[in-house]
Parts: sequence; C-alpha cells; structure tokens
Amino acid sequence: ADVISTVEFNQTGEFLFLATGDKGGRVVIFQREPQGEYNVYSTFQSHEPEFDYLKSLEIEERINKIRWLPLHNPAHFLLATNDKTIKLWKVSERDKRAEGYNLRDEEGRLKDLSTVTTLQVPVLRPMDLLVEASPRRVFANAHAYHINSISVNSDCETYLSADDLRINLWNLNITDRSFNIVDLKPENMEDLSEVITVAEFHPHHCHLLAFSSSTGTTRLCDMRASALCDQHAKLFEEAADPSHRSFFSEIVSSVSDVKFSHSGRYLLTRDYLTVKVWDLNMENKPVETYQVHDYLRTKLCSLYESDCIFDKFECAWNGTDSVIMTGAYNNYFRMFDRASLRDVTLEASREVCKRRAVLQPRRVCVGKKQKETDVSVDSLDFRKKILHTAWHPKENIIAIAASNNLYIFQDRLTPNGHHNTPEIQSCRQHHNNLMNCYEHI
Amino acid sequence: MFSKGTKRKFSDGGEEISDESLLGARVASSYSLQRQSLLDMSLIKLQLCHMLVEPNLCRSVLIANTVRQIQEEMTHDGSWHMVTEAFCSAGQSPSERLVATEVLCRSREQDAEPKLFSVISYEGCREEEVVADETLCSVSVSDTVSNVCLAGRMGQCWEKSELSGVERDEEALEDSRLGSGEDEEIDTEDGASTESPKTIGQVFGTFEIKNGSPGPDSALEELFSDVDTSYYDLDTMLTGMQSAPKMGPYDLLDSLAPSHSSPSIVSTPNCRSDLNELDHIMEIIVGS
Repeated sequence: ADVISTVEFNQTGEFLFLATGDKGGRVVIFQREPQGEYNVYSTFQSHEPEFDYLKSLEIEERINKIRWLPLHNPAHFLLATNDKTIKLWKVSERDKRAEGYNLRDEEGRLKDLSTVTTLQVPVLRPMDLLVEASPRRVFANAHAYHINSISVNSDCETYLSADDLRINLWNLNITDRSFNIVDLKPENMEDLSEVITVAEFHPHHCHLLAFSSSTGTTRLCDMRASALCDQHAKLFEEAADPSHRSFFSEIVSSVSDVKFSHSGRYLLTRDYLTVKVWDLNMENKPVETYQVHDYLRTKLCSLYESDCIFDKFECAWNGTDSVIMTGAYNNYFRMFDRASLRDVTLEASREVCKRRAVLQPRRVCVGKKQKETDVSVDSLDFRKKILHTAWHPKENIIAIAASNNLYIFQDRLTPNGHHNTPEIQSCRQHHNNLMNCYEHI
Repeated sequence: MFSKGTKRKFSDGGEEISDESLLGARVASSYSLQRQSLLDMSLIKLQLCHMLVEPNLCRSVLIANTVRQIQEEMTHDGSWHMVTEAFCSAGQSPSERLVATEVLCRSREQDAEPKLFSVISYEGCREEEVVADETLCSVSVSDTVSNVCLAGRMGQCWEKSELSGVERDEEALEDSRLGSGEDEEIDTEDGASTESPKTIGQVFGTFEIKNGSPGPDSALEELFSDVDTSYYDLDTMLTGMQSAPKMGPYDLLDSLAPSHSSPSIVSTPNCRSDLNELDHIMEIIVGS
C-alpha cells in the first residue's frame, strides 16, 4: 500500500465518491452504499513514472491532486495530476451486454455463415457491474516546475493548474494549448524569494481565483482585469506579530492550503501553526484565527532541523461553512466550530479506530499531565502526520488520510433519526460519534 | 554576589555593572551561537538540496530566505564582517574571488553557451568554485584551449575575452551567474518553460557573494576543512556530488565530447595533470 497523497469527495450526486491518489500513481475510488458504507468502486493506474530525457530526470508518478468535475452524466470525470502532467479520466459503468449477434458468436469469433439459418435481434442482458476508467485527455508539457494544484472553474469548461512559479489556464477539451495567467518567475532567478503554494478558483465567480505563496500572502486575482494576473486584485496578508518574530517566521507563515468557503464569501488558509478565516472584503487581517498546535512554537528549531517545518497541511470546510478541519502530528486532526469557538482534537489511528467505535477527544499538554489521557508534547510522533483531509460537501462525513490508511468518519444519527442542526451541533457530534472506519487497501 | 570559585576582579567599582554586562554578553553570545548554528544547518540543507535530482523549490526558497535573513542580521551586527575578514586571512584571497567574477562575467557574453559551472555545486563549496574558475582561466592564459577538457564550447568564449576587467562588481557577478543558469536550460530545449529547478542552484550559489562577502564564513571553512586537493580534481568533484543520475555531470560529459576543434579528446587522467599544472600557473599569475 502506498502513501495516500490526496483525498477528494465529489461535489454532488446521489452516489458519493471519494477518490484517493497515492504515491504509486494509483487512483482508488470509493462509492457510498445505500447503507452508508464506503466500498471500493474502481482502481486504476493514473500516472506512470516517466523519464525526462532532456534533463535526465525522473518524473514521479505520485498523484499530487485530484479534482472531480461537476458534470452530470452517468459517467464521472476527474482530473488527476502528478508533478508535470494532468490527466482527465472518465469513469463509467457498464452493466449490460449485448448478446445474440448474427455474424459473431459469444466469444466474438466470426460465425460460419452456412450455420446461420435465422436472423435474430441482439438483446441487452444484464451483466456484472464493470467499472471502466479511461483517460480522455492528457494535458502535458506546460509546466517547468512541479504542479501543486489543479482547480476546476465554475464554468465547467476551464480549469487551472499551478506549479511553483506559474499558473496556467486550460480548456478541458484542448490539450495542446494553455494560457499562462500568473507568472512569478523573476527576470533574475537569483531574486527568487517567493513561490506559489496553492491555487484555487472561486466556487461561483468564474473570473476569480486565489493563490497563496510561501511568504504567507494570499492573492485574489480577477481574470477580467488583464490576461496576465500578476497584479492582484486583493492581497490578504496579516502583519507579523513582533513578539513572535524569529528566523522561522517566514517559513511558519508559508501558506500550505487555501480553500474558498462553499458560500464563496470566505477564504480559509492554513499555515504551519494556524488556520485563518478571511473575509474576501477585508485584506489586512483574517476575521478568525485558530491555533492548531501552538505548543510547537517553542520547538521550531528542531522541527526545522528535521524538516517537519516544511510539512504542508491541508484544511477543509464542512458543507455549511460552520466547522473547519485540519490535520496535525501524531495522527491527530483538529476541528474548530466557528460559532461556538469550541475545538476538538481527535486521533485517527489503527489502535483507536474500530468499527462503530466512538472517537475520544485528545489533549496535548506542554507541562505536566493534568489527565491520564493527556499526551505530552515531547512524546508526539512527528512521522505520523495527517496532511490530507476532506469533508463531504453536504453531510457530516469526513475522510482522513494517515500515511497509507484512509479513515472515514461519519456522524451518527440521533435516536429519533434526525440530525441535529448543523450550525453548532456538528462539531460536538463529531467528537462523540464515529460510525465507520475503513482502511485503504 | 559571586558564585563560588569566581576570581574577584581588580576593579571593585564596576563589578555589578560588569556582572550585568557579562550576563548580557553571555546572552548575546549564546544568541549568536544559536544563530551561527542555524546558519550552518541552513547552508548544509541548501547544499544537500542542490545535490538532489530535483530539489523541492518551495523548501529551497524558504531555506535560502532564512540564510539571507541571518546574513543580513549578521551584517548589521558587524559580525559578518568579522567572519569574512577571518575567512580572508585564511587564504582565500579576494583575488581568487575576482577571478571567479571575471570568469562568470565572461561567460555571460556568450548567451547560448552551456555553462559548465552550473554543473559544479557552488553553494558553500568555495574551493570547488574557485578551482574550476582558476582552471578555466588558466586555459586562456596558456592558450591551450584544446588541452582542457572543460573548454568545450567555452573555448570560443575564452579567446575573445581578456583577463582584465577583473574589477567587476557583485551585481555583474550575480547577473552572469543567473545568465549562466538560465542559458544552460534554454540552450538544451527550444521555447519556453524549459528552466529546470536546477537553476535555483545558482540562486543559492550567489548568496555568499551577494552579501558583499568573499564567501562562506569560518563555519563553512570548518565544514570543508577536510576537503583536500583531490577536490581540485574534476573527476572526484563530479563523482562526489552526484548520488543519482543528474543533468550536471552528463552535461559536463557532453561538453567533453569533441564539440570543438581540439585535435584530441583529453581523457580525464590527462585532464587532471593538466589542471593541476595550469592551476599552479594560475596561482602564480593571480598572485602577482
């Protein structure tokens, strides 16, 4: 089993799909059964390792991002990307087979015409469900640097792909051409001090996109303003806290994930120690800041030494934008309820998660343990990091990727069969209930 | 007031003050020690970065910015100046640096030339850089372009330029460095989007120079104190720096191929002795 490198729920539809990409270039799609469980729906190899002959470099097959296309066909489409190439995959079902051809027999061999005495009309007969994945488009050779993001536009016709220095705009149907819309590459490469870390389209406005950088800024660009969006429309940056200033300030402020809220009004950014909610109308500071693991602030030097300080954590909104989720170390993940300002730390690991078990909240303490269940900050395992998390767009179902394991947690129904109102209750429910627990194959 | 075992100082009057200032000095020195070790760690990381097949650009940029920040602060402190002076006195004379400048500036004029020193790891590896440059310089001096396997297409470049113009400023050096990195990539492929992340190597390579110092500080000196003259040997340099197939060495080997009018392709052992000889000559010339 390979390390999971991305997790993504699809947007709409009766069947809920969860796609995971891994280091080996495979995509595994899960489908939700009517009873509520997720089972493997399809597995296919999306990318293969390649060798760039001109540069004598190997291109890894690891899938960096997957994005579902919001199409309403019986078939499903998703974009998967590795460092250099983006592929559009069509995943379709076949559950019927035509039988009774006149000229060919069941195995497809030509019949001897002398044996054909009557004509028959072929009929469709049901067969075992066959799920086929076929690559429909390959978007290659447009990125000199490693692709870190892809994002489908709300117009459903275009999408963007971003690497360390550039963002390109593609049409889903055209593979040999893309437009460069952001270019951060300086004239003088030695002046390079900033790279693009994440880029995303606005969920409703097809002309707006946001991208974040390693210097801790997030920019909103309007594609109507000019063809090249190097000039931002808005710049979201919080002035650094002088009391916390250190040589690691910049690294710690580097934004590792950006997500628009479902409403399109807010922006969620994740840097090393915090998650911040920004109102698109206010650039100079976030409206909310949540400490993910502030106890690491005094350990930055050793985290720098071990390279952990460069870990890129993702973040997620729930369907109603009332709860935020992000991962941390020691297989912990955190949830913040924006209304009640309550937060919880949960653990996703084999030892803890059994089917139908309820997740217990965790606490990390800096000094002495106050409770038996407290975990000292010095005993945290920094190799166990939860970088990729996803929240179902409508329901309280979350997917957590911990190394090569996938955990799916679900909100348990209250006894009378109704969910509590999502606004304030969802967080509480999560830290009380766990319904399913799956492992990645 | 005094901890056990502390010698009593002669001047009674300023003892309290000296205690505080001593404490202050201790704090300051511990801070500068920490800062120093952070700088060392960062430089090592950068060097390791550079040795990777495809370095993670984001990580590299962040580390480089940290190094820059430390160096800036050290410059303000004046401690950078002290360090570089120490470095200077250790034997890496400014003249060698100027040689490097000269070489790199020269190469800039030849836009389409593949740059051989992009092959060579620069960050922190002061000796390597200087040696390579000296070697290249020595080519033009002795006018035996064909002799040096390094020359390749650089050969033309050498003929045209002069040894003068050594007093280029840092900016030009940086530009040429940049130029070298860029051009190498552009040369190998047509059209845009050809720069490989390897050009970031130039970024880091120039940091030492950019900050107005002749190069790495004493810590780096220490790092490379075990680097012996075998480093001057191209061979060792190449094999030493690669852990996986990389563009660099292949690139260099390519240019070793008969792409110029040299009558014979010098095999690497010959190269070695030539280089050492030329190296020696160069030292004499530069010394004067």
